[in-house]
Amino acid sequence: MGGSTLRNMRPVIVFAVLGLLFMFIAPQVLQLFTIINLTTAIALAVLALSLALVWGFGGILCFGQVAFFGLGAYAYTIGAINFGGSTWAILVAVMVASAFAAILGYFMFFGRVSDVYLGVITLTVTLILFSLIRRTSGPEYKIGNALLGGFNGVTSPPLNLPWDTRAFLFPEQVFYVAMAALILCYVFAGWLVNTHFGRVCVGIRENELRAELLGYDTRLYKLGIFTVGAGIAAVGGVLFCNGVGRITPDVFNLYNAALTIIWVIVGGRGTLIGPIAATFGLFYLTSALGGQSVLNNNLVLGVILIFFVLLVPKGIAPTLVDWVEARRRPKRSARGRRRRNGADRA
Amino acid sequence: MSFSRRQFVIGSSALALAAPATVGRAQSDAIKFASILDLSGGLDIYGAPMAETTKLAIEDINATGGLLGREVELTMYDAQSTIQFYTQYATQAAAGDRAHTVHAGITSASREAIRPTLSRFQTLYFYNVQYEGGVCDYNNFCTGSTPAQTVAKVVPYAMEKWGKKVYIVAADYNYGQITAQWMQKFVAENGGETLDVEFFPLDVTNFGPTINKIQTAKPDFVISALVGGSHVSFYRQYAAAGMNAEIPIASTTFGVGNEQKLISAEEGNGILASYGYFEGADNPVNTAFLERLKAKLGDDAPVMNELAIRSYEGAMLWAEAVKAAGTPDRGPVIEALRSGLSYDGPSGAVTIDPQTNHCNMNVYIGELQDQEWTIVESYDNQPPADTALVCDLNANPNQSTFLFENGLAAAGID
Amino acid sequence: MDLVVAVLFQLIYGIANLALISLGLAIIFGMMRVINLAHGEFLMLGGYTVVVATNAGVNIWFAMLILAPLVVGLIGVIVERLLIRWLYGRMVDTLLATWGLSLLLIGLVTSIFGASTGTTVSPPLGTIRIGDYSASGYELFLIGVTLVLFAAVYATLKLTKLGLVARGTMQNAEMSSALGVSTNRIYMITFGLGAAVSGLAGGLLAPMTGVLPTIGATYIAKAFITVISGGASILAGTAAGSVLLGGVNGIFAFLTGPTFGEVALLVAAIILLRLLPTGITGRFFRKSI
Repeated sequence: MGGSTLRNMRPVIVFAVLGLLFMFIAPQVLQLFTIINLTTAIALAVLALSLALVWGFGGILCFGQVAFFGLGAYAYTIGAINFGGSTWAILVAVMVASAFAAILGYFMFFGRVSDVYLGVITLTVTLILFSLIRRTSGPEYKIGNALLGGFNGVTSPPLNLPWDTRAFLFPEQVFYVAMAALILCYVFAGWLVNTHFGRVCVGIRENELRAELLGYDTRLYKLGIFTVGAGIAAVGGVLFCNGVGRITPDVFNLYNAALTIIWVIVGGRGTLIGPIAATFGLFYLTSALGGQSVLNNNLVLGVILIFFVLLVPKGIAPTLVDWVEARRRPKRSARGRRRRNGADRA
Repeated sequence: MSFSRRQFVIGSSALALAAPATVGRAQSDAIKFASILDLSGGLDIYGAPMAETTKLAIEDINATGGLLGREVELTMYDAQSTIQFYTQYATQAAAGDRAHTVHAGITSASREAIRPTLSRFQTLYFYNVQYEGGVCDYNNFCTGSTPAQTVAKVVPYAMEKWGKKVYIVAADYNYGQITAQWMQKFVAENGGETLDVEFFPLDVTNFGPTINKIQTAKPDFVISALVGGSHVSFYRQYAAAGMNAEIPIASTTFGVGNEQKLISAEEGNGILASYGYFEGADNPVNTAFLERLKAKLGDDAPVMNELAIRSYEGAMLWAEAVKAAGTPDRGPVIEALRSGLSYDGPSGAVTIDPQTNHCNMNVYIGELQDQEWTIVESYDNQPPADTALVCDLNANPNQSTFLFENGLAAAGID
Repeated sequence: MDLVVAVLFQLIYGIANLALISLGLAIIFGMMRVINLAHGEFLMLGGYTVVVATNAGVNIWFAMLILAPLVVGLIGVIVERLLIRWLYGRMVDTLLATWGLSLLLIGLVTSIFGASTGTTVSPPLGTIRIGDYSASGYELFLIGVTLVLFAAVYATLKLTKLGLVARGTMQNAEMSSALGVSTNRIYMITFGLGAAVSGLAGGLLAPMTGVLPTIGATYIAKAFITVISGGASILAGTAAGSVLLGGVNGIFAFLTGPTFGEVALLVAAIILLRLLPTGITGRFFRKSI
C-alpha cells in the first residue's frame, strides 16, 4: 500500500513544491502591502482546506466550519494575552477547537444525525457562538487578563519567535509562517486521505451502510476526520487573527459560514487544491470589488455564484482535470470517466 | 497592550526597508486622501452619506485650486461591513497607495482594527464618527462628539422636561455599554434615578417583552442608545403599543442613520436627541453647504447628520492643516492640527483639542417633529471632557490606546 | 394578572411571528426538499412591495394582503423557471444557488432604492388595553392572519385537487409523472406559492420592522432553524417548531432580557435535533401535513 500512497501523493507534492516556490519568490516581486494582505487570504485558504477534507472526503456537510476557525482565533488571542507569548497559544488554539469538535461530533455522529441535519446543527452551533460572543461586551466577561470585547472583538497579539516572547514577527515574516503552515496542512491532508483511515472515510462517504457492513465503526471514522478538520481550521484561525490584527464575533456569522461552503463548491468537492485556489480567487475578487463603486458588490458576487452552480457545478479543479483528460485521450474517455468517479484527487 | 510600542519600532524599520520601492512609484504629484467606509452590507446606512460628503469635501478643495498648488486625489474603499477588509484596505492605503491621510471607520471595532496599522505605517488617521470616547492616540484625530458632549446635555434637559425616573435601553456592544454607563452617571449627578438598564443584541427586532417591562417600571422617560436597522423596530413597536403618547423617549443615537425617515411622523414625534449637528444649525456656512449639496445631488441628497457632516469637516480640518503646515507630510500636519487649529464648518466652529486630539464643538438638542429635527437648545464650544479625564497627549504624546475599551471603571472613572 | 395577560400576549405574538416568517420556507422545503437561502430576501421584497405601493398611494391593506404575495409569488415563479428547476435533487447546489440569489437580490434592491429607504408605513391599527398595559392591535391582527394563513394552506393541500396532486408529486414524482401529472408545473406552482406566502409575511411585517435591503438576514437563520426543528411536515412541523422555539425565546427574553432569549432558542433547537434528528414531526404527528 505504501507504494500506491506515494504514487497518489504525487500531485500533492507537486503543488506543495509550487507553494514553496511562491513562498520564496512572492516577497521579492510583490509589494509589501500585498504580502501582508496575502496572510489573510492564506488563513482563509487553510479554512477552505479543512472543509475540503471534512466535507469533500469525509462526506460531512459541515455548515459551521468557521466555528472551529473562530474558536481557534479566539483561543489563540486569549491564550497569547494571558501567556504573554504566542507559542503555547497556538497549541491551545488547536486543542480547544479539536476538543470542541470532538464533543460536538460525539453528539452528532453517535446520535446518528446525518445529511442536512448535520449541516443545520453545525450551523446552529456557529450561530450560538456568534450570539454568545457578541453578548460579552460588558467588562465582566473576561478570561484571565483578556476581555472578550463582545461585538468589538479583541486585539490579537502578533506571533513571536518561539524562544523569545518579545521578538514579534514583522507582518511580512508572518507571511512566511502562514505560507509554511498552509503547505504543511495541505501535505498532511493529502497524506491523510491516502492512508487506510482516509480511504475508509471516503468509503463511508460513498456508502455508509456498506462500510458498516464491512465491519467499520463509521461513527469513529467520522468523528476522527471531523476532529482533525477542526484542528486544521484552528490553524487557519490563528493565522487569520494575525493577518487582521483583531478577532471579532463576525467570523461566526452566516455570511462567513456560507462563504466557506462556496469556496469548496467553486473549487470542487473531492479535491484539496481546488478549494485553496478558489479561496485565493474569490478573496481577490471581493477585495477588488471594494475598490470600485460602479457595481454593487453583492450583486456581482451573487451573479458569480449562480453562474458557477448552473454552468460549472463540479467546481473548477475537477472540471479542469476532466477537460485536460478529455483532450489527452479523447478516444478513451470512458476510462477517464471511471477514474473520475472512483479516485479522488489532490 | 505591552507589545504595541515594540511593534511600533519594528514597524518603523519595516517601513524603512520598504521605502525604496516607493521612490519609483511617486509619479503623480497629487496629494493622496484615502477613505475606507462601509458602502455595502449592514452598515451602509451610515457609510453612504459619509461617502457623499467626503467626495464633496475633496471636490470643494480641488475647486479652489487644491492644496499647495497640488490636486487632492481621493481613493475610496468599501469595507463591505467586514472588519477584515478594514485592515486590508488600511494596509493598502498606507503601505501601497502611500496615502497622506486616511479617513476611515464607522464602528469602534473597525477603528480599533486599523488604528495600529496606520500607526505602524505612520499614516495620519481621522475617525469622523460620534463614539463612546476614550481614544488617546497621537496619530489619530477623532472629530465626532463623545458622551460628555451629548449625553451630558440631553440627560439633564430631558429630566428637567419630563421627570427624574429613567429607563435605559442600549445596544449590546462596546458603544452601548459605555454610553449606558455615562447615562447612569449623568442621571445620578442630576439627582435622578435609573430604574433599569437593558441591552439588546444588534439583530433583535422584537421588543415586545421589553415594552411590557417598561410599562411595569413606569419611568418618566426612556433614554435609548439603540443602534442599527433592526433596532428601529423598537420605536415602531413602542408607538404601536401606544407608549409614545405616555412615556417619552430621548436618545443619543436615534437619527445618526437618519432613522427619523424610517418611521412615520406619528411614531417619531417628540423624540429628543443630541448631536454635534442637525440640518437646522443656524449659520451661513451650513446654509451654503446644504444648497451646494442639493445642487449636486438633487432630491437624492441624503439628510445630513453628524456622521456626514464630520466626514466633511474632518477632511476640511485636514486641508486647513496641510495649508498651515505647507506640506502634506504627517509630522508637520499633526503639529499644525495640534496647534489648536479651528475650522468654521456647517456645524459651527470645530477646534482641535491638543490634549486629546478630539474636538471642541457646538452641541445641539433636537426635537423630532414630522420627520424633521427642530433645534430646541444649543451649547457652544463644548470640550471632550470625558476623554480629557484620562488622556493627556501634551504630557505624553507617545500614546496609541483606546482607554475605554474595558469600560469606564477600568479607565478609573466611577 | 394584567401583567400575566400582557406577557402571554407577547409570547403568543412571538410564536405567531416565528410561524409567519417560517411558513414560506417550510412549504418550499417540505414539498420540494429545497432549502431556499433567499427566503429572507423574499420577505424583504414583500416589505418593499408594500412600501413602494403605499408611497404611490395604494391602500395599505390592499398592498399588504394582495400586492405583496402577488409580486413576490411572481418573482418566485420566475426564479424557479430560470434557476431552481435545473437543480432538483441537488440539495447542496440549490443551497448555493439560492444563496447567490440572495446576494443578487440584496445588491439589486440596494442599487435601486439605496441603502435605507424612507418609509412611512406604520402599523395601521390602534392599541388595545390590558389593564395597566397596552399592546399593539396590529400584533393581534398578525396573530389572526397567521392562523388564517395556516388554515388556508391546510385547506389548499388537503381539500383541493391541486393539493392532492402536489402531495402526490412530492411523495413520488416518477409515479405522478407516469399517471400524467406535469411534475414540472407542480414544482413551479409550489415554489411560487411558497414565495407568495413569504411575500405576504414580509409585507405584513414591514410596518413593524421597516424595510432595509439587508433585513432578510435577521429572518433567515431563525426561519431555517424553526423549519428544520419542526421536521418535514409543513404545517404541523412549522407550528410545533414555532411554539417550542418561540415559547423558549419569549420566556427567556422576559426572564433574563433579550440577551439570552435567542441563545436559549438556539440551544433548544440543538437539544431538540439531538433528541429528534428528523425534527419534531419526524417522530410525532407523522401523518400530518
